[in-house]
Amino acid sequence: MSTHAQTRPAPGLWERIRGNESWSIGDRIGVGLAWGAGLLLCAIAAAIVLYMLVRGLQYLSFSDVFSHPLPGLGETGGGFLDPILGTFVVAMLGTVIAGPLGVSIAVWLTEYARPAWLARAVESGVEIVAGTPSIVLAIFGLIVFQQSFFSFLSPTGEGATPLGRSFIVAGAMMSLIALPLVVGATREALHSIPRHVREASYALGKDRASTIRRVLLPASRRGIGTGVTLGMGRIIGDTAIVFILLGATLRFEPNGGLPGWDLLTGNGSTLTTYVFHNSPAGEGGQPEKAYAAAFVLLAIVLALNFAVDMITRGRGKSWTH
Amino acid sequence: MDALRPEGVREPLAVAAQLPPPVRRIEVAEAPTVVPPPAAGNGHAPVATGTAPRLKQLPRAATTPVERMRTEELSIAYGLKLAVNEVSLNVRQGEVLALIGPSGCGKTTLLRSLNRLVELTPAATRGGRILLDGEDVDGYDVTWLRRRVGMLFQQPNPFPMSIFDNVAYGLRERGSKKPSKRELEPAVTEALHRAGLFEEVKDNLDHPALALSGGQQQRLCIARSLAVRPEVLLLDEPCSALDPISTQTIEETIVALRSEIAIVIVTHNLQQAQRVADHVAFMYLGDLIEYGEAEQVFRSPVAERTREYVSGGFG
Repeated sequence: MSTHAQTRPAPGLWERIRGNESWSIGDRIGVGLAWGAGLLLCAIAAAIVLYMLVRGLQYLSFSDVFSHPLPGLGETGGGFLDPILGTFVVAMLGTVIAGPLGVSIAVWLTEYARPAWLARAVESGVEIVAGTPSIVLAIFGLIVFQQSFFSFLSPTGEGATPLGRSFIVAGAMMSLIALPLVVGATREALHSIPRHVREASYALGKDRASTIRRVLLPASRRGIGTGVTLGMGRIIGDTAIVFILLGATLRFEPNGGLPGWDLLTGNGSTLTTYVFHNSPAGEGGQPEKAYAAAFVLLAIVLALNFAVDMITRGRGKSWTH
Repeated sequence: MDALRPEGVREPLAVAAQLPPPVRRIEVAEAPTVVPPPAAGNGHAPVATGTAPRLKQLPRAATTPVERMRTEELSIAYGLKLAVNEVSLNVRQGEVLALIGPSGCGKTTLLRSLNRLVELTPAATRGGRILLDGEDVDGYDVTWLRRRVGMLFQQPNPFPMSIFDNVAYGLRERGSKKPSKRELEPAVTEALHRAGLFEEVKDNLDHPALALSGGQQQRLCIARSLAVRPEVLLLDEPCSALDPISTQTIEETIVALRSEIAIVIVTHNLQQAQRVADHVAFMYLGDLIEYGEAEQVFRSPVAERTREYVSGGFG
């Protein structure tokens, strides 16, 4: 038999889509639709990137990237240096809060999780935060941070009521967007560590705390990195929270005189709100600037996704279960 | 089991999950056959006289064994399932004790109870006593007990840090970086020497431990255990994931260590038990069926079930 081994030519694209002769009509349609859906998605992604690339390169200029926007929302002219920096400030604040918090929650859920009802409650809490639309988080944040207790976090308006809008406030609410991603990725990483690795640490006379700190967290670095990076991508792409919680301005507007702190408690904008305000959807003054800013935004987010790929690819050496 | 466990609470039951599916319980009523050592026993095993094919065997212990640990009618259950049933055993320094028996016979559970690792399984309950140097292990602080009773696992499990830091791990206090690398160097080097790994890694002590081969990783794990100077070392099928050459190296290490450390090894590999063990305990469905010197258990087992097992009748 082996001498008669026939090498069948690899099937062409059409043969693959058409499927096997013996398949029913329904199966063939199903396979065709699956192929079609995949190809369509590729086409859409390619269209977005190409269109933004063309428009972006057409309108993007270095002067825009390095110059401040004009003070008024409707005015034409100016660049978007402030929104670019604002994007990074919000992303940093959000991840600085969400990272440690998310890792702590994940560690507690994986390694402690007692009592069981509390663990279930925490899990549901994370899921609810993950499922809440950012506009709802934004409104909620506004209500919370307008309480006079939080007046040190944002500029105060008439009658000493805090405005409830600042980089810190936006970053805090943004952290809730990133949090579920950090929790999820960290939990997955912790789950993938075999039980005997923990036991090996206990068997050396270590308690749970030092096992977590010296063995489990270092072993979860990649997972944590993935979660934080994905979370950062989500923060950078979010519009609603910035729109509501960062004040109606495109420029940095520091609050008070303390260097650094004045910026964090002051107002500003990010690329998403800049695009919104300048596109025909918002005040509509300068669509070409909106295109250029949108291109920069897309480039940042794609770079982050690429970073996630790099982190997850070639998962280092690991244990067998 | 899974259905009863609340979502997301994962920790408890990997041990239960590792157990084989429930086996039909066969009554094994007889008391364990404990064969006393021959009258002239001065620690040397009798020379084999049988006609059975003789396997290569590492030299037997030469010193007089000293008892370090003892179980007294030890019983352990996971929930309602009895895993170890009233087992009394001695663990002696100067010899290697092998626990053999088919899967699910309770030998690993017995081993894990000696350093109280079995307590990590919430469903586990224990009866009887375990003594270390005559004192009940429940009286010791558990972290202190585990430093005196080291353990090696089936799968090599170095920590995600450098080779040096792995060996130094047990010597450092509560996860801090102290004492410093320079202070720990002699102890780390010595542990690596004793585990027979030093020559292979002496130039790469700062390399990640997970980049080593499986056999080297397992020897690193031995070095990691030895660094804290345990008095008893528990080995849970330490070679089952390794190639024959690595297995041989590790067996030689085990035999070399037995004069300073009491060693208990769980193994499925009867040849391995024959090569390294001075005493053998055969367990079946939680019961200790036979305990005696290795030569005797393998060559002239007293209990019918032991004879079937060591001759490959079942298991």
